[in-house]
Amino acid sequence: MKVIENVSRRKFLKQFGIGSGALVLAVNFPEISFMPKALASGAATKFEPSVYVHINSDNTVGIVVHRSEMGQGIRTSIPMIVADELEADWQQVQVIQGLGDKKYGSQNTDGSRSVRRFYQPLREAGATARTMLEQAAASQWQVPANECYAKENHIIHKPSGKKASFGSLVAIAATLPVPEAKTLVLKDKKDFKFIGKSNVALVDGHDIATGNTTYGFDVDLPDMEYVVIARPPVLASKLGRFDASKAKKIKGVVDVVALDNIEEPPLFKPLGGVAIIATNSWAAMQGREALEIEWINSGHEVYNSDTYKAALAASCDKADTVLRKKGNVDKALASAEKVLAAEYYVPELIHAPMEPPAATAHYHDGIFDIWACTQTPQSAQGTVAQLLKVEPEKVNINVTLLGGGFGRKSKPDFVVEAALMSKLRGKPVKVLWTREDEIKNGYYHAVSYQKLKAGISQNNEVTAWQHNVALPTIGATFSKGANVIGSEANLGLIDMPYDIANVQCAAGKAEAHTRIGWLRSVTNINQAFAVCSFADELANQAGADPKDHLIKLIGSDRQIDLAQENAKYGNYGEELSRYPIDTARLKAVVERVAKLAKWQEKRPKGKALGIAVHRSFVSYVACIAEVSEAASGKVKVDKVWFSVDCGTAVNPERIRSQMEGAAVFGLSLTFFGELTAKDGVIEQSNFHDYPMARITDTPETIVDIVESEHPPGGVGEPGVPPVAPAITNAIFALTGKRYRELPLVKQGIV
Amino acid sequence: MITLNVNGKAHQYDDDENMPILWALRDILKYTGTKYGCGKGLCGACTVHLNGQPIRSCATPVSAVGDQKITTIEGLSEKGDHPVQQAWQALNVPQCGYCQSGQIMSAVALLENNPKPDDEQIDMAMSGNICRCGTYERIRKAIHLASDLAIEVKGGK
Repeated sequence: MKVIENVSRRKFLKQFGIGSGALVLAVNFPEISFMPKALASGAATKFEPSVYVHINSDNTVGIVVHRSEMGQGIRTSIPMIVADELEADWQQVQVIQGLGDKKYGSQNTDGSRSVRRFYQPLREAGATARTMLEQAAASQWQVPANECYAKENHIIHKPSGKKASFGSLVAIAATLPVPEAKTLVLKDKKDFKFIGKSNVALVDGHDIATGNTTYGFDVDLPDMEYVVIARPPVLASKLGRFDASKAKKIKGVVDVVALDNIEEPPLFKPLGGVAIIATNSWAAMQGREALEIEWINSGHEVYNSDTYKAALAASCDKADTVLRKKGNVDKALASAEKVLAAEYYVPELIHAPMEPPAATAHYHDGIFDIWACTQTPQSAQGTVAQLLKVEPEKVNINVTLLGGGFGRKSKPDFVVEAALMSKLRGKPVKVLWTREDEIKNGYYHAVSYQKLKAGISQNNEVTAWQHNVALPTIGATFSKGANVIGSEANLGLIDMPYDIANVQCAAGKAEAHTRIGWLRSVTNINQAFAVCSFADELANQAGADPKDHLIKLIGSDRQIDLAQENAKYGNYGEELSRYPIDTARLKAVVERVAKLAKWQEKRPKGKALGIAVHRSFVSYVACIAEVSEAASGKVKVDKVWFSVDCGTAVNPERIRSQMEGAAVFGLSLTFFGELTAKDGVIEQSNFHDYPMARITDTPETIVDIVESEHPPGGVGEPGVPPVAPAITNAIFALTGKRYRELPLVKQGIV
Repeated sequence: MITLNVNGKAHQYDDDENMPILWALRDILKYTGTKYGCGKGLCGACTVHLNGQPIRSCATPVSAVGDQKITTIEGLSEKGDHPVQQAWQALNVPQCGYCQSGQIMSAVALLENNPKPDDEQIDMAMSGNICRCGTYERIRKAIHLASDLAIEVKGGK
């Protein structure tokens, strides 16, 4: 298929804002519904940011991307949706990155939400503009509007063949009333030019290939100072005595400043510490090396990974927060013919985006101008405003490209640091985090311990399912002392989809000793690992084929209503009526991936398959891994197959790339990912002791996307959860050894 | 004072000679296409060419470079049409894109030494470059494509 590259937009990459003399369609996005209103052309100068499309008299089309680009391809997918409905010529499209502003609706680019939440409103925005341009042409030509149609940036009068460019119609269109959303005629699926196709080249592809990009690290302002910060090595430890005399002697170091200590809960507040201000990054880092600092204990020094693990295991046995309860698990287990029990452990993990956090701020005239690789510009704006006591309107957040996010850049602590430092210095300041900072002072994926038990009847029916978990909660980051999980339960624990008569899911208590955050797919990582591994253990116990047994476990076609089972299920913020837990769709991806991987065919000696399926972010992903064992006993993942049902597939090319990435991300955490704490300090520091998958580890990945009329689901995260269990299930099939603890590198098999 | 030769241009440099060339390029000379990822030569994001050979600029001080020829991503081609750059775009290799300058510089060096590498040779040559987004499989494919494109350009087919 021919790939269309948008050449014209290269000129506009760094342009924020809109030109005057444009037809501006401002669209407010209260998440789903929206009410467009035309602004008079003069109103464009009265800048009121919102998600919009505008058309310039030079025939160019400006499309605002209000979500952050971190590799998921949203700067390509959003313009595709709008341009398709508008019938825009892709060459005329200018992509404009939206500033942080609540008028856009949610800009919080996490939770795999961008297309899921904005598909419909973006289509309506494009259709509104197209309809008004048709009406403008009709009025100019004195013909009925229904005789006019849009094609490639022009309106054409069907009977006469008359043609006018979008640009030539701007002046008239701007005077017309905006049609109501319900009167809009959206395009028929068969007429889509971009949606559902893979024919548009990445909007930023050329700039990336030529190094002409601006990430958070790359922002450069005149007279800018560079800052690195020595942060407390243990959460909330306080700054004691420090000696900066050697640091200040380093060439390029301008000043050394003590920052305020952090009070718990950490929220998105700066961690405090000692800031080194320098004329370049290297000098700042050297300055930090030369500092001598004493820290005053906070109490989190009690955190040691080995003893903590034992405490979590004990906490699983005392799990008294019941999160889902169906039937009577205790009774069913007691009366079962057999009981299968297993324990799973997944350690603390960190995001490690290739670009660590970085933000640049310029405080001037009571205003903060900020450039940052943030996933959530409004949260950055709000947090800076709150902590530095200014109006949010005086905080301008420019979103750069993100060199990866994975959830780390949803936390704007680093943005606040930059704002604080610029105010302190009265100058533009860039705060950059080194890799060591990123690993040692992160918002971590929680370490978790899980205990599962299943009751099995004489004829190998599973009659009871008990799942107890213990892990420190994200809640502790926001509320001091929180020690029981909350929304984490929604992510692969209580939504276990098997058809079992007696089910109980419960959580034990766990104190947090680091900032707990969220990492790509969050607790789906550990919970799907346990659930999908245990399903495989049940199949083995029954002497059944793992795929057939999985289908049997899922049971009849139905929509699961967890409210009937004393569970409060969040469903990723979506209505269950629109996005049900649909077991038919779950089984369908299992069958499809099995067919794709030729599950039934015997593998040559030394190779085996493992399967896992998981619904998350309202999408369904089944995964098969093929592993092989070398003579050395080392295991390698050779191939990964995915079948993905993410509802309407808007940009299949980027869906495929997200699954390819999920295979590698999942492989990294299965093979290598582990952080450990000693006396409250994270022991790892860089890629040598927190390694990740390299090209030599990478399997071939084959992706099947289900053609679907369902509303769009998430894509960025749902590929990750089934990967680890698919791999360990395959290793079991190959070697007969069951690995219930990650990462595998500790077992000496990778 | 040192004269740094970057992408065929001479730059006067009078900062710290112990500064890794990465930071000299980025902060002093403003070539920001070369990226920081680890500072320890572990991830390859900072890969540039020194006399045509790939080096980790984060672990190479200015003093070790002197006036030798440095090539960064910005100097790879005038119009962004080096066969490797073309292949990267044709296959939509990047996700976040941050590591890709380094990936591309490693790939170019590989193809200069070995115009027709197989998968294993690609894996060996590229194993020093981490991509957290996981674009490795497309990198492999793009190197094969770039190899074909380069051979076509040279009329070798």
